[in-house]
Amino acid sequence: MSTEQSNPDSLIGASVRRVEDPPLLTGQGCYVDDVKLPGILHVAIHRSTHPHARIVSIDTAEAAAMPGVECVLTGDDIGNLVLRAPMVAPGMNMPDHPILARGAVHAVGAPITAVVAESAAAAQDAAASIQVTYDPLPVVTDAEAALEDGSPLAHEELDTNFCYSMKREGGDVDKAFAEADHICRLHMKSPRVVAMSMEARGVLAQPDPARNELTVWLSTQGPHRARADLANSLGFPENRIRVIAPDVGGGFGSKGCVYREDVLVCHLAQKLGRPVKWMATRSEDFLTTCQGRDQAMTSELALSKDGKMLGLKVRVVANLGAYLHSATAGPPQRMLVMAPGCYQLQDVRVEIVGAFTNTVPTGPYRGAGRPESVLNIERLADKAARDLGMDPLELRRKNYIQPDQFPYRTGVGVEYDSGDYEKSLSEALRLSDYDQLIRHRDEARARGELVGVGISTFTEPSGGAGFESGAVRVERTGQITVLTGSSSHGQGHETVWAQVAADKLQVPMENVVVRHGDTTAIQQGTGTFGSRSAVMGGGALATAADRVIAKAKAIAGNLMEASPDDVVQVEGGFAVAGVPERNVNWRQVAGAAYAKGTPAGMDPGLNETAFFDPNREAWGFGAHVALVRIDSDTGELTIEKLVLVDDIGVVLNPMIVEAQVHGGLAQGLGEALCEHMVFDENGQPRTGTLMDYAVPRASTMPPVVVGETETPNPFNPLGVKGVGEAGTNGAPPAVANAVMDALSPLGIDHVDMPYTAPKLWRAIREARTAKG
Amino acid sequence: MHPASFGYHAPRSLEEAFGLLREHGEDAKVLAGGHSLLPAMKLRLTQPEVLVDLRHVPGLSGIRVDGDTLVIGALTTHTEVSTAEAVRRSLPGLADTASVIGDLQVRNRGTMGGSVAHADPAADLPVTLTALDASFVLASSEGERTVAADEFFVDFFTTALEPHEILTAIRIPLPPSPARTSYAKLPHPASGYVVVSAAAALSVDHAGACAGARVVLGGVAGTPHRAAATEAALTGRTLTPEVVAAAAAQAADGIDPHADSYADEDYKRHMAVVYARRAIETAAARA
Repeated sequence: MSTEQSNPDSLIGASVRRVEDPPLLTGQGCYVDDVKLPGILHVAIHRSTHPHARIVSIDTAEAAAMPGVECVLTGDDIGNLVLRAPMVAPGMNMPDHPILARGAVHAVGAPITAVVAESAAAAQDAAASIQVTYDPLPVVTDAEAALEDGSPLAHEELDTNFCYSMKREGGDVDKAFAEADHICRLHMKSPRVVAMSMEARGVLAQPDPARNELTVWLSTQGPHRARADLANSLGFPENRIRVIAPDVGGGFGSKGCVYREDVLVCHLAQKLGRPVKWMATRSEDFLTTCQGRDQAMTSELALSKDGKMLGLKVRVVANLGAYLHSATAGPPQRMLVMAPGCYQLQDVRVEIVGAFTNTVPTGPYRGAGRPESVLNIERLADKAARDLGMDPLELRRKNYIQPDQFPYRTGVGVEYDSGDYEKSLSEALRLSDYDQLIRHRDEARARGELVGVGISTFTEPSGGAGFESGAVRVERTGQITVLTGSSSHGQGHETVWAQVAADKLQVPMENVVVRHGDTTAIQQGTGTFGSRSAVMGGGALATAADRVIAKAKAIAGNLMEASPDDVVQVEGGFAVAGVPERNVNWRQVAGAAYAKGTPAGMDPGLNETAFFDPNREAWGFGAHVALVRIDSDTGELTIEKLVLVDDIGVVLNPMIVEAQVHGGLAQGLGEALCEHMVFDENGQPRTGTLMDYAVPRASTMPPVVVGETETPNPFNPLGVKGVGEAGTNGAPPAVANAVMDALSPLGIDHVDMPYTAPKLWRAIREARTAKG
Repeated sequence: MHPASFGYHAPRSLEEAFGLLREHGEDAKVLAGGHSLLPAMKLRLTQPEVLVDLRHVPGLSGIRVDGDTLVIGALTTHTEVSTAEAVRRSLPGLADTASVIGDLQVRNRGTMGGSVAHADPAADLPVTLTALDASFVLASSEGERTVAADEFFVDFFTTALEPHEILTAIRIPLPPSPARTSYAKLPHPASGYVVVSAAAALSVDHAGACAGARVVLGGVAGTPHRAAATEAALTGRTLTPEVVAAAAAQAADGIDPHADSYADEDYKRHMAVVYARRAIETAAARA
């Protein structure tokens, strides 16, 4: 046993391979659909083909008579089962959100009738045979149009499409604008995109009528929150429900809430006394799972003639879709805290409005309001530089919050913890060979080619959304079990939490097992979303580990007949300071903890739980640089170079961090290049299958250079900030600015994402026509 | 989703297959790989009552040279076509076409006969086979007939095949060497199907002038579209860049493409010109 105090082989910061991968890569994972139970029944749902209609009649006679069908249920059969969303603002309008439609439907795909059958195929056959007669109603799909006077109503009973609004203001905005030399104005829309988890949603419920209990296997990002939501919707006690999140094939924010099918399946299982399962088809996932973005932003940036940012006004109109899920109203609120970006802006006014439309509900999707906010301020910064004839780098540098100003309180009243924006920018410029990029662009431009360079420098909040829990339990044999409320669905918690625990306790990683995703096994928890796990789950785990170590030291002192103050941690256990031969290992300490070996007055056991909430978010930052080329003959966009430098504080596992940046980037590039969920003017989805809706593929990924700087976060035990959304938040604005730079010789001011070839071709053609 | 329930037959001879088609008539669909038919069935866009799977019927697969004709069996996969030496050497435009269909899994299972008989207006092979002046062997219990590509493709998803007939082979006249054939495709970013594509087959006489040209567009109509004005503008001319560009500029004459959620009519018309030019340039360069 070594008495080395510093640990040069620290597991924190090591690129440890993911321990969860071997079963997933060899087909031995267990997802909801892999759970087999005897006597299981399957559900299929007949869904609305109309975006807005009254239901005149539902004919289920044929379906009910089909072979293998157990029962067919309509909204009237299941009564007042509803989903509830929180009231986030006074005067918020909350339309009914019944589990099965009652009287009317407000989006294509709204569930009308459920069929329960002995097989999924029998249920689907029967669901397809159901006949519904509709009385179609007027339709609205665009949020800005929905707020205009005389717009068709998404919900007849509400008399308005307005859902809620919020405002935040700091400083003296009107004065700042009155004193400005120039006001830069921009209106832009972020495209609606689909979360597209590899595993579509699914739920399996098993009742236990004799014990009055219910077990639910759910593809979810947060089993504890799901359990509470199910309990509230079902009117069934939370402590009699066990929610298990088995292996979950991605969520990206969309699996953070409970859906109608989840409540329906639990209800059916309890009603029929048999296990009931529903797995979404890909088509159903397109029509029912919360989608992302779809915000319109109207902004004004007040500037002095030398490029000093003086004031900012932003108005967001968010398309909430037809129904409110628990977090539907969440993403637009990000603009309230993120509007000023990384700039010294004290005079700021932000207003957000959420509107109902006859479309799929929106909600958190990787970034969840951050990408819109970063896009807004970074496009504004670039356009302001162009308006003033300034270098976009110079304008940014002139306005950055400086390192000595942290913690920095912005005009919208948020305190950024730490930052050094020049540091990440210079690193990105170095890695991209920026001056050479500019020369390359200028030479290409002189030849008449459409080539552009764009940058985005940004800060993004992570963590937040309440507490997270972590527990460290030293078992009787000295093995370590970590219990985390931060349920993993692909992020690598089983690896990183083991790294953190092993590093803290100075034991081999193999001695640590990480458990999550089961409300019976785990203390309360919140879940994994919003780049929060490293900060929140990591903070809880580190706190619990420190408590276990403190108690273990006391027990070790007792065993070694030394004062706890003289006990030091050594590899594998504890020793008396300066006397390395007097030592005990974790097995001995644990044995004592469970067998009357604790000091007098101390409880037995070696099991500590921490609930962690730093009451502030962690603000990571970064600088991304893009070089793009546009083929003016076809509009085809090629990203020739992309450099991403992110500062996320202390890095726990560089390999996983890089993978998170790559994954976030792929989804960000999807939004920038090809993804767009489109509804036609009649409310029908035009991109409701993977034959129409373009997700990025491996071949879409451009050459990427990932760099990093490290500015530790002083406000949590591990010094970390979140990274899961960095690529999604920072890269699209860099690409957008590069595209606008490429198109600038044509006098084009702004084009909304995604930059599909037909869209860019049309913009180029129209600009050339206008120029004559 | 699960397809609606259906009956399945896997006959071991053409005669047996003909019998099944006679018995079931229009309720039957021939399965020849299934990479278009099965997805459509899973989405319940089509619900045939009976599938007649040709996989066990002997003699429908393979590539052979018959005099001055290349004969490709209907069940030959896209991978087999794209990698066959005879195709790569004599008809590089066909090899190029087969190599850009779908993805690797589709190319390993999908067949030339299946694709041709399906006649998807966004498919690749009908475009190139029309440019190559291919003809199709249609067999039934009454015998065989051969139909030229220009007559075979009738409309969206509609061919000259009668319900009781089976496409057994594709016959392609071998061009004199060098083989100036090519295919250029703008794929849809989601489906990989054709937004617009162009196939060119050129012959050049000993003086270097274009002796014959077939230039065919995909994605712009219900069937492969012969760009007649372009063909005429190439014929008899030396294929300089200016001649090619001027000929390609007429490729959109007479087309009336449909807008979809990805591309509007104007874009497709312009892409017809761009891709016709690219196809002709590639073919002309294959000396």
